[in-house]
Amino acid sequence: MELLDYAFMQRALLAAVLVGITAPAIGIYLVQRRQPLMGDGIGHVAMTGVGLGFLLNASPVWMATAVSALGAILMELIRWYGRTRGDIALAMLFYGGMAGGVMFVSVTPGGSTANLSSYLFGSLSTVSPSDVTAIALLSAFVVAVTLGLRRQLFAVSLDEEFARVTGLPVRALNLLTAVTAAVTVTVAMRVVGLILVSALMVVPVAAAQQLTRSFAATFAVAVTIGVTVTLGGTVTSYYQDVPPGATIVLLTIAAFLVLTALAAPLARRRARAAAAARPAADPAECAIPASRAAGDEVGV
Amino acid sequence: MTDTTNGMTDTEAGTPEPVIRLSGVRAELGSRPVLRGIDLTVSRGEVVALLGANGSGKSTAVRSIIGQVPVSAGEIELFGTPRRRFRDWARVGYVPQRTTAAGGVPATVTEVVTAGRLSRARFGILRKADHAAVRRALELVRMADRAKDPVDALSGGQHQRVLIARALAAEPELLIMDEPMAGVDLASQEVLAETLREQVAGGATVLLVLHELGPLEPLIDRAVVLRDGCVLHDGPPPKAVGQHALPGHDHVHPHAPAGAGPIRTGLLS
Repeated sequence: MELLDYAFMQRALLAAVLVGITAPAIGIYLVQRRQPLMGDGIGHVAMTGVGLGFLLNASPVWMATAVSALGAILMELIRWYGRTRGDIALAMLFYGGMAGGVMFVSVTPGGSTANLSSYLFGSLSTVSPSDVTAIALLSAFVVAVTLGLRRQLFAVSLDEEFARVTGLPVRALNLLTAVTAAVTVTVAMRVVGLILVSALMVVPVAAAQQLTRSFAATFAVAVTIGVTVTLGGTVTSYYQDVPPGATIVLLTIAAFLVLTALAAPLARRRARAAAAARPAADPAECAIPASRAAGDEVGV
Repeated sequence: MTDTTNGMTDTEAGTPEPVIRLSGVRAELGSRPVLRGIDLTVSRGEVVALLGANGSGKSTAVRSIIGQVPVSAGEIELFGTPRRRFRDWARVGYVPQRTTAAGGVPATVTEVVTAGRLSRARFGILRKADHAAVRRALELVRMADRAKDPVDALSGGQHQRVLIARALAAEPELLIMDEPMAGVDLASQEVLAETLREQVAGGATVLLVLHELGPLEPLIDRAVVLRDGCVLHDGPPPKAVGQHALPGHDHVHPHAPAGAGPIRTGLLS
């Protein structure tokens, strides 16, 4: 494993593992809320943060974290209050964020939009030690939220109305989900890039669902897939000299296709096992019962 | 304009400790008034059915009680506390009108029912007693054998039983159910009626939104009929007669035209 001899590769692999864990970990709640593309929207808004980072000569990672967190909160507020025109407002937020990023970079002395491309498409080999520190801290936050509050976030993502009646602080939890998603976007920004970040949040979850029947198992399998593809993609990009972000996303989609192909035979085996375990009183074939039960009565 | 009903709710004043109290509650959806001054009191141990045609405001009324619909005027109290300051949600079990079967991610029956126990669990940490309560709730609705199955594999009636188990997991004193019998097969209706009977025998207070009394009829102490956001009738449930009184009778009929008699809002014919 000569690739571990290089400090930049150690940083790249560490960042890749952290992204592989955090992106599916928050992504599963976005998928459960049926807002799988929220990560994509936050990615657009984060562009403005990166641009501001260049302009103000501040760390683009921390700047992007702050701006995308604000953007995510704004999206959540639009979801509450803007019932009918919410989609239009979101579109303006997304594309305004993108345009803002390009504008800020252009007006930066000596800046050009070429500077943006490492954030748009990821640039693992240029992850600096301070980037790694930021990524590690932000990842710790994401893991603490997604694991520590998993029961609350599960309840809110499944049924907001019911969650409110169990006394959960639904609005606070929704805001926390949005901010955590924003943080994850900036964690993943250096690895897969803002354009592709949403893929790593959504596709591992979708792939895991092909095999799983419970939320807990889906979470575990999705994170496993995430870590596998980010590590695999990083190593592949080192040996083959291909861009890591694109490699990781293509690997994730490949994992989805393989698991989907495996799902059908697995479902058949489960059905057979269930049939074997089924008691004689519950046969798989139809039989006319001797007497009628309550459920047989049909209302007239 | 709804003052005609005040005399009826006042007759309930002799009963101690109202669990739910609404007075003069108004609510709008958009600019359309949905509740035009509702008075409703449910006392401890009572089983009250909220009846009315589609669009009469019965769902909005229960959703205003749990704070899901903003109220423009009037007062709502739960267990004697104004709803805005009410925090003791573990005492309330809520069964929403059946919506989508599941979220975007698979979840087992146990996972869904466990969400109902969070109101009793501090910081979302579940102890042995909490897991036991979840199991008990599943046994009550006779779904314990399906505990590890994904909810999207269940039938409509089974799904409804899971939602009721979720409400029962917190061992609530008050059950609020929005059309629990809608789209539920007869076998599940029997299970639901039996579950509710046990809860009522254990001292639970129940507020149900119903489209018609159906198999729950013998359990119901009082019926409140809404029409166009006003209370039209508050008193003993109308007695089913003739063939309608037969046990297990599934009351399916086209609704009376809009101009029909005042108490016939899709409840009796």
